[in-house]
Parts: sequence; C-alpha cells; structure tokens
Amino acid sequence: MTSLLSLNGIAKSYGPIRVLHGIDLDIRPGEVVALLGENGAGKSTLSNIISGTVQPGAGSMTFQGRAYAPASPREAMDAGVGMIHQELKLLPALSVAENIFVGRYPMKAGRLDRREMEARAQAGLERLGLDIAPDRVVEGLSTGRQQLIEIAKALTLNARLLILDEPTAALGGEETQLLFRQIERLKADGVGIIYISHRLDEIRQIADRIVVMRDGAKVQEFDRGDVPVRQIVEAMVGRSLERMFPTVPEPLPGVVLEVKALTGAPGTFQDVSFQVQRGEVFGIAGLMGAGRTELVRAITGADPVRSGEIRLNGDVLRLRDPSDAIRKGVVLVPEDRKLQGVVLDHSIAENIAYPSLKQVAQGGWLSSRRVTEFAEGLIGRFGVKGRAGQNAGELSGGNQQKVVLAKWLAKDPGVVVLDEPTRGIDVGARSSIYELIMELARKGVAVIVVSSDLEEVLGVSHRIMVMAQGRQAGILSRDQANDVAIMELATS
Amino acid sequence: MLAQKGEAQGFDWRRLAGSMRGATGPLIGLILLCLYLSFATDKFLSVRNFLNILDQITVLGIMAVGMTWVILIGGIDLAVGSVMALAMMVLGWLNVTMGVPMGIAIPLALASAAVNGLIAGVLITRFNVPAFIATLAMMSITRGLANMITDGQQIIGFPAWFNTMAIVRYGGYLTLTVALMLAVFAIALIYQRYRHGGRVLYAIGGNPEVARLAGINVRRATVLVYVVCSFLAGLSGMVLAARLDSVQPSSGMSYELDAIAAVVIGGTSLSGGTGGVGGTIIGVLIIGVLRNGLNLLSVSPFMQQVIIGAVIVLAVMAETWKKRSR
Repeated sequence: MTSLLSLNGIAKSYGPIRVLHGIDLDIRPGEVVALLGENGAGKSTLSNIISGTVQPGAGSMTFQGRAYAPASPREAMDAGVGMIHQELKLLPALSVAENIFVGRYPMKAGRLDRREMEARAQAGLERLGLDIAPDRVVEGLSTGRQQLIEIAKALTLNARLLILDEPTAALGGEETQLLFRQIERLKADGVGIIYISHRLDEIRQIADRIVVMRDGAKVQEFDRGDVPVRQIVEAMVGRSLERMFPTVPEPLPGVVLEVKALTGAPGTFQDVSFQVQRGEVFGIAGLMGAGRTELVRAITGADPVRSGEIRLNGDVLRLRDPSDAIRKGVVLVPEDRKLQGVVLDHSIAENIAYPSLKQVAQGGWLSSRRVTEFAEGLIGRFGVKGRAGQNAGELSGGNQQKVVLAKWLAKDPGVVVLDEPTRGIDVGARSSIYELIMELARKGVAVIVVSSDLEEVLGVSHRIMVMAQGRQAGILSRDQANDVAIMELATS
Repeated sequence: MLAQKGEAQGFDWRRLAGSMRGATGPLIGLILLCLYLSFATDKFLSVRNFLNILDQITVLGIMAVGMTWVILIGGIDLAVGSVMALAMMVLGWLNVTMGVPMGIAIPLALASAAVNGLIAGVLITRFNVPAFIATLAMMSITRGLANMITDGQQIIGFPAWFNTMAIVRYGGYLTLTVALMLAVFAIALIYQRYRHGGRVLYAIGGNPEVARLAGINVRRATVLVYVVCSFLAGLSGMVLAARLDSVQPSSGMSYELDAIAAVVIGGTSLSGGTGGVGGTIIGVLIIGVLRNGLNLLSVSPFMQQVIIGAVIVLAVMAETWKKRSR
C-alpha cells in the first residue's frame, strides 16, 4: 500500500542542540502508528513538525503523494493533517458546533449560517457515533467527550491524518474504550493515525505498528502492536552515550526530612511516604503528569497539602506559604526557570538577593551597592558567567540555573529540592550542577532531585522513588535501580 | 534596575538620578518640550511660571506616586479620584460641620482614605477579585459615600490658615503644599530604592510566582501598596481642599485616569516590574508643563485633551520601539 505520509530525513536543531536527527517515517492510510519514547526523545518536536507548528531544519515530507511543507498549523489543516493536543483547546462558553467551526464559520449573505454550521457539526459528530447536541455549550461535557469533539473538529476539516498526543491522559477506562471504538471507525475510513502515549498497555491494544524514539532519533520499529512491554521499554531507554557523573558520597546518619501519607489537591498525588537522610540524594522519577512536581511543591510550601504530614528533624512542618518552608531551611529550585526561577528582566544581583533581601538590608536599608556586593561573592562561588548588573534574561539556561541555585544556597538550607535541575541545559553546565549537588550532600544537606532524565536520576541518587499516576510505585536503592526497573514501575 | 557599581559613591544627586534610569526617554521629551515652549512663548521661561506649574501639579503628583507602586506590582487602582473626594468630604464634615480641630480632622480623613485601599487589597488578595474590578467597585462606592455626607452639597468655611498653605510662598518660592509634594517625592524615591520593602515591589511586579517562591509575602505587600495608594489619594485630597478652600463630592472626577497617564508616560510598564517613581515625576511634569504651555499658547481646553492623549500614545510607542531595537 502506498504511504499517506512519508518523512525523509527530517532534522531539527535549536541552536547547537540537535533535537531530531534525520527521521524517516511512513504512515499508511487506515493504520495506527504508536510513537513512543521517554520525555525529551523528540516525539513532540516531530509531531509539531508534521502539524506545521515547527518548521524542520532539514529533510522533506510528502503527504498523499504531494510534497508537503506546512508553514503553519493552518496550512497543515488545509492539507488534511489534524493534531489533537494533550491539553484541550476548546472554548467552554461556546456551543459544540461553534467550537468545531471557530475561525471558519460557514457564512451566508455576510452572516453566520447557524443552520448550516449545526448540520455539518451534526454530521461530523455522527461519523464518530457521538450523541451530543451541536447547539449545547461545551462547558459541562466530560473530558473524554471534549476530546472527541476535538477529533470531530479535525474530521470536518477532512483530516486524512490525525496526530493524537496523549489522548487518554485525562480519560477514564470507559472513555478510553469509547475513544478506541472511534479510532477503529476512523481506521476503517482510511484515516492514518499517529498515536503518542506513555501507557504501554493501551498501545498493545490499539497500535498496528510501533516506532520508538530516543535522543531525537528513531531507534526501533515494530511491525505489530502486541510487543512485550519489556522489549519496548528496553528500546526506549536503550544505552546512550555515557555521561560523567561525580562520585556520590555516603549519606550521613540521621533522618532530616520525613514525609508520611502525604496527599495533595485532588488529581495531583496521594499517600506518599518517604524519608531522606542527611547527605542523601533522593531521586524522584516518573513520567510527566505522575505528580512529582506537585509533590515537591507541596513539600516546599508552594502548593497546599490535603492530608498527611511533613517532619523536619522530627518536628512537624506546617506550611502555608513558601516563606514558611524557607524559614525552616527547605528550598525549591523550581521546574520552570523562566516562569518560576528568575525574573528575566531584572539583574542577576537582584535575582540572587530576592530571598535574602532582609539579611542583605541593614535595619531595612538597602542600596544597590550592597545588593551587588552580596551577589558578587555568590556569582564567583557558583561560577555564573555574567556580571552582577546584567539582566538574567541574557544568560544561558545553565547560568540562569546557577543564579537560582546561588540565591538558595546563600541561605544555607538543610533541604534542597531540585525539580528538573538540568532541563534545557547543555552538557558542560550539567556536570557543574551535578558537582554542586554532591557538594551539598557532602555538607550534610538532604537533597531531593526530580528528573525525567533516567540517566541523570540514576547517576546522582542514593535511592530513587518512582511515581506513577499520583502514587508512589516503589523506592529502589542504588544497586537495585536501573532504567528498565524504573520504566516498568513508572508505566505500571 | 540597579545602577552599576561605582556610579554611586555617597549620597549625591547622581545617585538620585540613578532612579531615573529607564526614564531617559520621558526626560528627553520633557526637556524638548521645555525648549520648544521657551521659544514659542515669552512667558514660559521664568521662575514665576515654573513655580506656577509646581503648584498646579501638586494634587496629581502626590496621587501618581501611589499609582506608580500599584502599577509596578502589576495592579491598577481606579478608585483614587473617588477616594480623594471621600477624604475631602470627611475632612469638611469633621472640621466645619462637627467642629473637630484640623489637627484631628486631617488624620481621620487620611485614615478614611486608607481604609478603602485596605478593602480593595483584601478583595484582590484574599478573594481573588481582579484589581480592575475591585477598584472599579470601590470607585463607585466611595463616590456614593462622598455624596451621601452632604447630599451632594459642597462645604466651605475652613480656618483661614488652611488656604494659605497653598497660596503663600514661603521664602518667595515654596508653598507648603508644593513642599509636601516634594517631600512625598523624596521619601518615595528613597523608599523605592533603598528600603527592603521598595525592592520587593519590583520582584512582585516582575513575576509574582518567583517572588512568592522566594519567600516574599506577596499578599501582605500587595495590600500595603493599595493602602498607601489610597492614603496618598487622601493626602492629595487635603492639598486640593487647601487650594480650593472648600470641598465638594464631585472633586477628583477622572483623576485616576490622569494619574495612570502620568505613570505610563513616565515609563512604568502596565505589566509591572519595571519603572518607578522617578519616571512618574517626569510624567507628572510633562503633563503639568504641557497644560501650562498650551494655556500660554491659548490652545482650547478641548484641543489640550486631544494633545495629551496623543502624548500618552507617543510615550508608550517610543518605549516599545526602544525595547524592540535593543
């Protein structure tokens, strides 16, 4: 059978970092191809290129036999490629039909032709076997139904290829089965589907072929869907270039942080218990959406806790606000540097001084000179490549992260929580961040490292807790832990 | 943000000028405007006219300082004009109607103003009402209350010395109201630049989540900023009462928009985090000089509104353009 879509040597780089290395891929009409890989393997970039959101740096694509190079999602849609994003993009206050036709309303005599719009929406919904009135508002519909409306939207655009990014992430079992029935229907219609998911069990159920990506390259292709999970996981984690990790020092006796049956807001994490010793590096692994970030934000007072307790050196911690945690010496290096770590258009010195303004000030008096002097010492100590007066936004990711680290380590914390400490940071800067983590451990600080990078979490941690769907799936000691064991727990 | 090291040695004018950083565009605009008016009319360039301008901007100047901080933290306060009227009416009612001496009436009037900021701040931080809505509601409520005190009537009959504060130029230069405005400017500049609480405002405006995660009490600081803004609106009301020697509940109508205009012309970004009182002082001066100059040139008041609108757009366009070219 001829291909619906073929990719030929598609590559993409962001600056010096290559995120896709010459991908070749064929999708045939009426088949479901599962695209698998760890976070950061390049799945999103690839699907963004196919759906016109991102332009490739090299390579070519053909779609339905013609050259295909969409410059925008709009062009991709017009050509017949629809992408359904993980997070829904529907307008809750508008009707189902309006959502389906937003931006391209059928017009008659210069006015919106509501009857035509609803009739066509109805046809699209019926094709999916959906019993939803096109004139009802989207608000109040279940997530699964909303997802199906997104698909109906793509279908009214005559999509011949659909990209589904984690479509079942927010769905229950019944809704998932409903979605799968619709997918079967679409396959019968000859629609090609690229299916991205972390849930390996459902891949076996729905996929006709499996493509595994790792580090921006296609590493393996399976011509059937029911491949043993272990085999897929091994292909996903593989063995990439050995990275250098510093030696991990022995933990010191004495528990610093103890978390007991901790539960956060609904839908985040529940019933998590663990202990961290002095000088121990405690890794937390898991897939995106497993509740890792929410857990560490709760431990550091950034998000509310629903039940359970956090003990620091034996005393119960009551956290209403990050300032409570900071006062006790528990600090967070957040996941999103640009949104939570630094104020981009403020200077390095100011960013470093913000948590310490009270101690930098003398009797509440502060001068730019004092702030600069305070920061300069830390800039030198942590090797930030930049001047005190320079805006944080002008720095590289690695140096911004060092600024965030510097601002916290200036406070001599007892517990340091790092959420994705090296995301988007180049290799050289990474090892200096690992070195900093070990230095903290040697000083007796309890360190928690959340990371989606398996090698990283294996390389720096004494013990690793794996989370899956908001629960702790298990805690592995350093000698038990390997990538396959972690992935098996994470996908359980 | 922070001036470079070495630029500041000891407390001198250069250091204070450092607070004007980021406001160089408006400063150049002000200088050009003054140069143009000096040539276009022979009455502009004189000490007497300059002192007139200072007298004319006292009310706006004091009010705009509070507005600057509100906008600096990414908020907005639409209630300042009404809060000012309320404070004036409380003053008039206490002093003239009830016979309370000024020494007690003025603090009480200022407190009545500050309470409005407290309510707005709590609505915004505890009940998550958007600042625009919370202060819009306060604007309506305080205007209504101001009118209720006398059923919309004005109050006259303050002690004679009250009006002289705004008229008599001590030492031939400064009226007490201008001196008050300059004192507010100086305290605000110093606070914003050298006090812990002032630097925190930049962090909150730059990114409230970063500030919160850095252990800054964002809620408390936000409430305080609205309290200070309302307090200063009340203070500007005292100045206006002294200038007019009377109070009426319709005072301060649309003053909030003038204050926002002065802040924006002075280079404080409506999205928060950059700018400051230094720029606002220039913004206030630009508006004051422009009005004065246009009067001297006998431009009609209606045309003046058009021109001031154009200046607001020009100032913001210049700022955006400067940012993009960087």
